[in-house]
Parts: sequence; structure tokens; C-alpha cells
Amino acid sequence: MPIDIDITKVARLARIGLTAEELAHYEEQLQVILEHAARVQALPTEGVAPTAHPLPMVNAFRPDEVEQTLDREEVLSQAPDREGPYFRVPPFLDE
Amino acid sequence: MDPADLTIAEAGARLRSGDLTAVDLLASVRRRASMTEAILHAYLTIDAEGATASAVEADAALQRGDDRGPLHGIPVALKDNMVTRGVETTCSSRILSGYVPPYDATVVERLRAGGAVIVGKTNLDEFAMGSSTENSAYGTTRNPWNPDRVPGGSSGGSAAVVAVGSALGALGSDTGGSIRQPASLCGVVGMKPTYGLVSRYGLIAFASSLDQIGPITRTVDDAVTLFEAIAGHDPSDATSYRGDFPDPRADLGKGVEGLRVGIVSELSGDGIQPGVAAAFQATLDRLAGAGADIREVSLPSTEYALSAYYLIAPAECSANLARFDGVRYGPRIDGATVEAMMSATRRDGFGPEVTRRILLGTYALSAGYYDAFYGQAQKVRTMVSEDFKDAYAEVDVLVTPTSPTTAFAVGERADDPLAMYLSDICTIPSNLSGDPAISVPVGLDDAGLPVGFQVLAPALGEGVMFQVAAAVERLSGFESRPALATSLGAA
Amino acid sequence: MSYEAVIGIETHVELQTASKMFCGCPTDFGAEPNTNVCPVCLGLPGALPVPNERAIEWTVALGIALGCEISQHSVFHRKNYFYADLPKNYQISQFDLPLCVGGHLEVDPGSGVRRVGITRVHLEEDTGKSTHLGGGGRIHDAEGALIDFNRSGIPLLEVVTEPDIRSPEEARAYAQELRAIVLALGISDARLEEGSLRFDANVSLRPEGADELGIKVEVKNMNSLRSLQRALAFEIERQTALLDKGEAIDQETRHWDEEAGRTEPGRSKEESSDYRYFPEPDLVPIQTNPEAVERIRGALPELPALRRARHIALGVEPAAAATMASAGLAAMFDDAVSAGADPRAAANWVTGEITAHLNRTGDDPSDLVMDGRGLAELVGMIGGGELSSTAAKEVLIGVLAGEGSPREVAAAKDLMQISDESAIVSEVDAVIETHPDEVARMKDGDERLAGFLVGQVMKATGGRADPRLVDRLIRERVGL
Repeated sequence: MPIDIDITKVARLARIGLTAEELAHYEEQLQVILEHAARVQALPTEGVAPTAHPLPMVNAFRPDEVEQTLDREEVLSQAPDREGPYFRVPPFLDE
Repeated sequence: MDPADLTIAEAGARLRSGDLTAVDLLASVRRRASMTEAILHAYLTIDAEGATASAVEADAALQRGDDRGPLHGIPVALKDNMVTRGVETTCSSRILSGYVPPYDATVVERLRAGGAVIVGKTNLDEFAMGSSTENSAYGTTRNPWNPDRVPGGSSGGSAAVVAVGSALGALGSDTGGSIRQPASLCGVVGMKPTYGLVSRYGLIAFASSLDQIGPITRTVDDAVTLFEAIAGHDPSDATSYRGDFPDPRADLGKGVEGLRVGIVSELSGDGIQPGVAAAFQATLDRLAGAGADIREVSLPSTEYALSAYYLIAPAECSANLARFDGVRYGPRIDGATVEAMMSATRRDGFGPEVTRRILLGTYALSAGYYDAFYGQAQKVRTMVSEDFKDAYAEVDVLVTPTSPTTAFAVGERADDPLAMYLSDICTIPSNLSGDPAISVPVGLDDAGLPVGFQVLAPALGEGVMFQVAAAVERLSGFESRPALATSLGAA
Repeated sequence: MSYEAVIGIETHVELQTASKMFCGCPTDFGAEPNTNVCPVCLGLPGALPVPNERAIEWTVALGIALGCEISQHSVFHRKNYFYADLPKNYQISQFDLPLCVGGHLEVDPGSGVRRVGITRVHLEEDTGKSTHLGGGGRIHDAEGALIDFNRSGIPLLEVVTEPDIRSPEEARAYAQELRAIVLALGISDARLEEGSLRFDANVSLRPEGADELGIKVEVKNMNSLRSLQRALAFEIERQTALLDKGEAIDQETRHWDEEAGRTEPGRSKEESSDYRYFPEPDLVPIQTNPEAVERIRGALPELPALRRARHIALGVEPAAAATMASAGLAAMFDDAVSAGADPRAAANWVTGEITAHLNRTGDDPSDLVMDGRGLAELVGMIGGGELSSTAAKEVLIGVLAGEGSPREVAAAKDLMQISDESAIVSEVDAVIETHPDEVARMKDGDERLAGFLVGQVMKATGGRADPRLVDRLIRERVGL
């Protein structure tokens, strides 16, 4: 059963700017992998609770206490573009 | 003997007896690296300055009687997905090229506190996604036993450096077998702890609910040493286990007399290479000879484990890798808008395997498909764990070959993602259940390539797991080292 | 045709915890850009979140105050969307298992009490802040943007109502009451101008009497009670006009432009509906046990509605009680009353001069240098005839300026009333002597002249004589 994949939408959601050729290539590969993965649907799982976590733990919190912050220069030294104390990015959107 | 060929335990003894200094040990390990790296390409970064400073400090500390423990002065390597303050950390990805983190991972802090000397950062499949270390933006690592073969992955660099002695031990990370499978393919010991026992803080996440850091060493004893150094609760990781766990060394020498050892029916038949099957059977015979009660058990859901894994891991990775966007760190490909910049940066920065998994995970989580894919996979995960619980009602440990095959040729599976994914069939179930597992080398196949034997135990069952692993190690008497190391050691 | 508006409100409340939601960075407003940051709130590779326990307790507290059910099992989810000021490109939020569900809030817009259903209260993290460069502030004209991550990771509560609100006035009353509760709980400074409280609303219209809902428009960017009310009024008018012309309403997101006084279509975020929520694998579930919930319930302060009722019972006008509660001045009033002040008088001062002072200076009630005891002293001095009400206003100005207690200020400024008979008698005698005609006419029965004579004495004493005492003395002297 071929699986319905809107690869253009998926790539846009993932913010990866692929060419049409690349999209077609990945779509083909995803088909193969997903057909294999779709086997999970064959397993009767009625009444089975999903596992998000291997260890049954709850309530891991931290107290509301202030801790050491990073040095701004050390942080900004890694930025691809900065302006003074800020990170700089291109404009947000063309409609 | 060249100090680079020592185990951690042996080196530790010589450092304390005064026969060896940490500086000399480091020099020896570095010499080994300089002779093997041209062939292996296992290190991405060698931190010459930092390691030398640590070795000098380790010697000085020992002199004044300040002994930090069994890793004091021991040269270890880190998979390059653990962040190191001031030392480039790339995850073998172009998207982190040149990235210098402002903080140390918790495991790095613990190694430093234990006096370890961090030699450098090892190669991996980009973001730990792969089983061959071919998916690195900075070149493929080769198998020390045969450079035409892959070292396995994703911790291929860490396994290779330990196999040749360009580190005495290393840390890897294991999401679906990424410590155990390369350990198996490189003829060394590799262990994945119970999920939550080792802090993930500072491990660049691939799949958060599956990732676990663990040791790669020459011996089981060394693996226990390295594991003990990094395990334990970390308040910076909310998924870090808070309780006590049993002493992993307590039963190390006890043997297997009377222990119930389960063979998994679903993981011992089809698809296992004859050489692997033979070495596996020989090991079972030795265990039986030593008094183990060998039984066959069934894990019926395992046939779905791989499918579930290839939905859960990509889903988590699609979110974990969203932060690499060209805004705060890493290289940027310019764009007229921030959206265009991000899309161009991510297209350029991620290799094909990572791109494939991000797309796969994005799809599996998207509206209309969540229940059929991600949701269903999470339920399969529950069933896999239930299978294990049922099995552990009957046996103390489970055993399987670590990998269905020995090291395969470079390039062989590069264009067939599904075949590559099948390399992990024996290792993935314990990532889904969160249980501990270890690979121990037990022999060579006809091509002279190492075969690994996997021991699995229930959650927090590191004690019995190490106990059986140590017995397997003794019974197998596997002491071979790759020619690449022995020829150099002799020279 | 006549339409009914159907409005639901989502309110974001920034909590005033000391540290952020998932890391130990400070939350102080106005710090130097990109200084309150660490690997976690910058989304650096390898960093992991750990939830702030106080933020969770405060969310439960608000849930209890709103009559919600507190979930025994609650989970954080990742909400995935790319945005340059969202460091991880996912927000840790809550999805189908929020901390609190199903409460209500009673509000009174002035036309009677209305019950607004609360769908849920959940906890999430705030984003960083971007400043757009160039191009007159319009996002798509900008040459770029600068990002400050200080706000990234500050705990953010989201309170979602049922579509129970029917008018902009009700919306405002709801927002005002929610703000009063948040202030009473002390979980947020609730400063609207600093964005501590932000409102989004869903608005649709339907023909009066109809049951089904119309097409819903989401209105964003309302940062004050006034703009909430104005934006909704505008939006209702806009939609009414479209429907009257027979045109369709677009299901869209619109932004309130405070200056222009209208809503504008937002950017088209076509994929925004696909947030790919999934359980945050870096965190474990929250399990609230009933004892912990009861402990939080037991520690709740008096909520605004009860407080107002109690104040009204003390004789305070309902409007004044409401003003004190919503302005965060109820505690000062209570302190004044327990220090002995007459409730009505104290309420008059709080809602009058003190509120005017806050409006004038833009200060917060917590900035006031005078406390309830000071207010009680002031009110007591007026009641005891030591201060005229005119002088009291001057004394208050001095007290609020930090010049001392009411008594100290009154003394320093020489504003104490002269209530000592012997000190006034001579002035009274002098006035009687210099105004024989007026005295004579007063004796003939012209009562109004008493006022005139009192005025003369007041003038002679610089306004400091107690006018009631002067009046009595004049009447005695004149022999009435």
C-alpha cells in the first residue's frame, strides 16, 4: 500500500530547502522506510498504553533558585551575525 | 609493552607504582594515534594542549597523594557529540562546523573530576545517525581490523581508537546500538547503561528517550570502571535516575554457575551470518560448560521493534535538530528572509541521512499521521518492554549476537537505508525498553573480523550483566588485537 | 440584522519566579540584552530543561482560585514551529494533559454578574524578543531583526476561557478580574506595559438567538485592558459590516494596531496549524497528589471577590471596593482599617488621592512609601480635628514623597490645625472688634454673617484654626 506523503509540505515544516529533484529522491526513500515502519499498525494494540519513557519516573523538578548565567561575549562569539549585544537575523517574512 | 596497549586497570597500577607517568602514557597514546590516524581517521579533534595540561596535573596530583580514583591519569576519548568547553564539538555535522561550546557535558565534568586525561573527540555518523560512521561530514572512519571495512557506528571513532590504543577507553552514545554495534565490529567491549543512569546533559540529543552514554573499553573490568565514573544522578537532567543502583562490580568474578541465560528465538535464526552464528554458539557452549542454564525464550514483539524505532527516533530527532537554524551558532547560509536563511542553512548543513530522518520524523508527527505512526510506535514500545519483563521472569539475562554480521565493506550499504537499519536489529529492543546491554568480543570470523556477543539484563541489572559479560570474556579468552595495533606495538 | 458576539480569551501571564521555567537564569525585567542566558534557554546543543517547582505550584494555585480541577497526571509537550526568537524551534508547552481544567470566573461588567467558563490553565515557556530594524516597524519592511533571549524561558501561564463572553465590556471585566486574582496570589507583577499579561481573543458573530457559531477570527497583540476592549469593539463592528454587506468572514489571525485603532490581517502562517505536538522526552510527567493540592489550597490568600464582599460589608462603596481590588490597593486598605482607620474614609483616600498619585507617577502600589498604618494615621488626624482635609492632601503629598510620617510632615509644614481655644480666642476677639457692623447684623439674626466672621479668623490664622471651634467661639462671643 503506497503511503501518502506530501513531501513538499514535510520539507517546509522541517525548514529544509530542498530542490524538486531532492524532494522526489527523499519521497521515494521515505516510501520504502514508511512501508516497513507501517508494520507497527499490524500489531493489535488495543488497551496498550503508549510508552514515552523507559523509566517510570515522575516529578523531577528544580527549586526556584537563580544560577550562574553565561558570559555574553562567549555566547555571541559563536553567532553567525551579531549587532552589539544582540543576535542579528534577516527580516522575518516576505508575504 | 607499549603503554598504549595497557588496559585502564594495568595502566592505573603502573601510574601508582611509579613505573609510568600520565605524561608518558599520554605521549604513548598520542604516538599511537599519529601512526594510525592516517588510515583510520577516528579522531576529529585532538586536544593536544588540554590533554597535556591534564596529564601534567594528574602527575602532580599523584605526587602529592591526591588520587582521584581509577581514571586518574588515564587517556580517554569522547565521541564528538558530547560538548566540551573551549574544544570544538561538531557531531560530525557541517551545521556545527567550528562550534565551540561554552560548557562541559556532565560526563565530561565527571571524567575531569576523576582525573581522566581527555585526548580528543572522535568521529561518528552525523548526529549519531548511522551504523557505519560513513555519514560523517568529515570523512569515514575505517575498521582497524580491515580498513576496507566500516568500524560500525555511530560511535565508530570511539570503538576504533580503543581497538588500536590511541585511547585506553572512550565514551560513546547508544540510541539503537551505537555503542554496542561498533564495539562488536571493532573487537572491543561496549556497554549501554540502563536509561537514566548516566546524565545526558551536554550530550547533543539524537532521540532523547533512547539516547544513553556508555563506555567503550578493551575489557569488561575497564567498562565497569568507566561506567562507575560517569553514572549517578544529575539534577541537570530531569530524566536522570534518582534512586540507588546496585554495585556493578559486586559479582564480577562470580561466574555463571546456576544463572539462567536466555537465547531469544526471534534474534538467533534468520539473517545471522554463519561466522557470527558459529561464534555465538561456541560461546553458549562455553557458558553451558561453566554451569549456566541455557534456555530459549521468545520476545514476540521484537519483530516490530525496528519499525517502532524508525518512527520514534526520527520523530524525536526532527524536534531535537530544529535548533540548528543559523541564528545563534554554527555556519549560516544567507537568505533574504529569516525563513529562507534557515531553510538554506539546514539544507546545506545536514547530510542525507540526517535530512532523511528529519523528514521521516516530521511526517510521522504531522497532523493526520500521528496516531498511525508515532502513537502506534509508542504502544509497540510498551509491548516490547512487556516482552522483556515476561522473559526476565524466566531468565536472569538474555543473550544475542550483537550484530547479525561482522564489519561490512565501506560503501556496501550506503545507498540502502533499510539494509543499514537492519544492522541494529539485535540492539534496538533494549533502547526501547531502556534496559542495559553490553557487547563483548568472543572471536573472529573466517575473514578475521571480530564477532561480538551481547548480554542484556533488566533495568538496573548492570551487576548481573557485568557478571555474565566478565564470564564470557574469561571463557572466550579473546585477546586478539588488530594487526594495525600489534605491528605498531611491536615496533 | 442584529448579531451576538461570541468571544473567548487566552491570557498569557508571565510568572514572577526568581528563576526561569526550565533553567536557573534570573527573570528580572530590563537586564542588559542577552545576559540572563544559559545553555538551556539559548537552546544550545546538549542542554536539557528541568522544571521550576514553584512555577508548577503557582499554576496549581491559580487553577484552584479559578475553581479548576487539578490534573493528577499532567505532561509537557513540545510544540514545534520555527521562529527566530524561539531558540529550540519548539516551545515546551502543554497539550492534552494540562495542569488545570474546567473552572470558571464570575465577573461583573456593571450590568450584572456573568459566569465565564475556564477551559484550562497550562504552563509553558516564553520566547525571546526580536526588534525589527528599519522600514517603519512593519515586519515585512524591516531590514533585519535583533534578538535578545533574556525573556526566553520565563514561565508563562496560559488561561483559556470558554466562548462565554458576549461583549467588549465583559471581556474587559474578565481580564480585570483575572488580573486582580493574579495580583492577590502574588504570582505575577501583572504589569501590562511590560507585557507580563498579554491577551489574545477569538471573536465570532452569529445572528441574535442562533445556536451555531460563526467563523472565528483570532485577534492578537492586545497589551492593556483598554486595548482589549477597543480591539474587540472594532472587530465586532468590522465583522458586522461585512455580514451586513453579505460578505464572508475570513478565518484568520488579525493583529491589533493600537495607534491606528484597528485590527490588521496577520502574516499568513499556513503551516501554523501543524504544531506536531508530542510528549517532551526530556521531561517526566507531573503527578500532583491530593495532599499537595490541599496544602496549596490552604495557603491561598483571600481572593478578590471575597475581599470585595468583605469590604462592602465594612461600608465601602461597591465601586470603591472593586477599584481597590483591581488596583492592588486592597491590602493597604486592610492594613489601614486594622490600624484603626474608619473604613469609608480610608477607602475614599485610597481610591481618590492615592490612586490619583499612582496614575500621575505611573508607580506600582508596591512602590508606595506610605503603608496602611500611615494611611490610618492620616485618616485619624482628620477625624480628630488635627488636620483639615485640604491640609491633609498636602500632608499626603509630602508623605508619598518620602518626607516622613503624616504627623511629621504636618508638623514640618506647619499644617496642624489649631484646636487650642486659648490660642484662637485673641484672634476671635480681634475680628469681633474690627467688624462691629457685621456683629450687629448677626445679632439681629443674619446667620450668614457667622460664616463670614469665621472666614476672617481663618484668614488671620493662616487657615490653621479648627473652623468648628472658631464658629463656636464666635457664637458665644456674639451671644447667640
